[in-house]
Amino acid sequence: MRVIRHVAVNVFKESVRDKVLYNLVVFAVLLISMSYLIGQLTAGQDMKIIKDLGLASISIFGLLIAIFIGIGLVWKEVERRSIYALLSKPMRRSELVLGKYCGLVLTLLINIAVMTIAFYALLAYINWVIDPAVRLSWPAPAVDPAMLKAIVLIVIELMLVTAIALFFSTFSSPFLSAILTIGIWVIGHFGADLRNFGGVVGSPVAAAVARGLYYVLPNFSAFDVKAQVVHGQAVPLGYVGLTSLYGLTYLALVLVGAVAIFSRRDFK
Amino acid sequence: MRTIVAIIALLAAVVGLQAMQERRQPLGLPPGATGNVLYVRSPEFMRRAALSYHALLADVYWIRAIQHYGGTKLTNDANKQYDLLYPLLDLTTSLDPNFDIAYGFGSLFLAEPYPSGPGRPDLSIALLQKALRAQPDKWRFREDLGFIYYWWLNDYVTAADWFKRAGELPGAPNWLRPLAAVTLAQGGNIATSRTLWTEVFNTADQDWLRTQARFRLRQLDALDEIAALERVVEVYRARTGSLPRSWIDVIRAGYLPGPPADPAEYPLQLDPASGKVTLARDSSLNPLPGTTAPTATVPIAPTVPAVPTAR
Repeated sequence: MRVIRHVAVNVFKESVRDKVLYNLVVFAVLLISMSYLIGQLTAGQDMKIIKDLGLASISIFGLLIAIFIGIGLVWKEVERRSIYALLSKPMRRSELVLGKYCGLVLTLLINIAVMTIAFYALLAYINWVIDPAVRLSWPAPAVDPAMLKAIVLIVIELMLVTAIALFFSTFSSPFLSAILTIGIWVIGHFGADLRNFGGVVGSPVAAAVARGLYYVLPNFSAFDVKAQVVHGQAVPLGYVGLTSLYGLTYLALVLVGAVAIFSRRDFK
Repeated sequence: MRTIVAIIALLAAVVGLQAMQERRQPLGLPPGATGNVLYVRSPEFMRRAALSYHALLADVYWIRAIQHYGGTKLTNDANKQYDLLYPLLDLTTSLDPNFDIAYGFGSLFLAEPYPSGPGRPDLSIALLQKALRAQPDKWRFREDLGFIYYWWLNDYVTAADWFKRAGELPGAPNWLRPLAAVTLAQGGNIATSRTLWTEVFNTADQDWLRTQARFRLRQLDALDEIAALERVVEVYRARTGSLPRSWIDVIRAGYLPGPPADPAEYPLQLDPASGKVTLARDSSLNPLPGTTAPTATVPIAPTVPAVPTAR
């Protein structure tokens, strides 16, 4: 555990050195400037649009970090040949993989925490300056704690994406890993289509394959409750809990796969 | 140092070329062609392509719909094209079926008569029917449907039916059921219209809608004023045996203290041949309900308040 922590802290420090946290500045500028511009561009629904934009930005920035750092985590060590020095140290290969994963998740968590605080601060400010009569028309309060449910599910989704990116990076190049991770992420949003595929094709084999893929591939659409929380619709805690459990189980599966591949990999 | 000079020189050149480009006449489009382009019209495709960003994409299409409507409405082009309005609203509401304001405002935009809007109450109805399929328990959409039938189609029976059905839903205001009864009994009269718009004004949660309601109430004031003036003209004719040639005759006879103006402060017109009173051609209250826009020699001011636009 101590080894994993050391590796994780190093990955985090490296991401700070790589200026990954600069995205927070971009996020803040984007959100503040858009919240002003939206008021000029649209008629009503400013709060909905600001919330949509904030949640989508948290998700997109996190996704970019998860994919584009995740795919280089192991590959960079191999490319720089520092993997030999690392593996000569008293640590298991599994500890190296899990440490890398935890480091990137730590980077993600800190990023998302800061973005969430900035997002809530902006919403609180808008809530403070806006006409109280306008507030009455909002389906949910500006500083709505229910949005945290969406953010929790975004975090779990990004942890899963990170695990997938790391999995591919244990045996392929960054370019291929990025393509494969993005491909899995995109297909993972078509769960409902895969499930209903049998209704639109005549072949029972094709339908069974699609049904099988529906169960095997990660169902990323389940993590998306952004629209529901913005519209003030109820998202039961049971749903959040079950979806989180699904995500954590899936990422455990992917990490076990990543460790298994990395442990058997020959670096000669 | 040389690098800095080169950067400054190139930056100055870029800015200069952009300024030159700006001064050039736009290339324009072939006659009859429209610059309005919507590459993807299929809501089904967009729903899939949006992945988990439906709501954000819906916001983008909503802003585009507002810009398209506002921009077209305010343009001086004689051949205004609102052809993208319904597809944009359809995409917006398909991506986010709970986007209430897109249904509400969108139906108003679509019903607005040409040239202030596309003049398509049928599409307004289609949009609101879609809203009801997505959210069947929302009384506001039923009320909006009644409103479209009442105001733009003058179908008071159907309007009353929708007001009644809206009043039956939980949370509906208690004035909807009486409104249904009044609409059925006296549909089309100014008092009923005033009740309707006053309720819209009192319950509107958006500035744009409140301004729209205020505008319609002023139009109704104008109709009341015109009716009152036509009665005055009738009294003048009964007393003198002929119609007044202008307002001056009516003023000299002591029936009016001065030339009458509509609620927007434009002088009202008197037709000496028929005794009919009408709005000035350039009055911002044109066209009044039940009339068509006059052939104006000057551009007709927008009949509804302008929505924010940016190009």
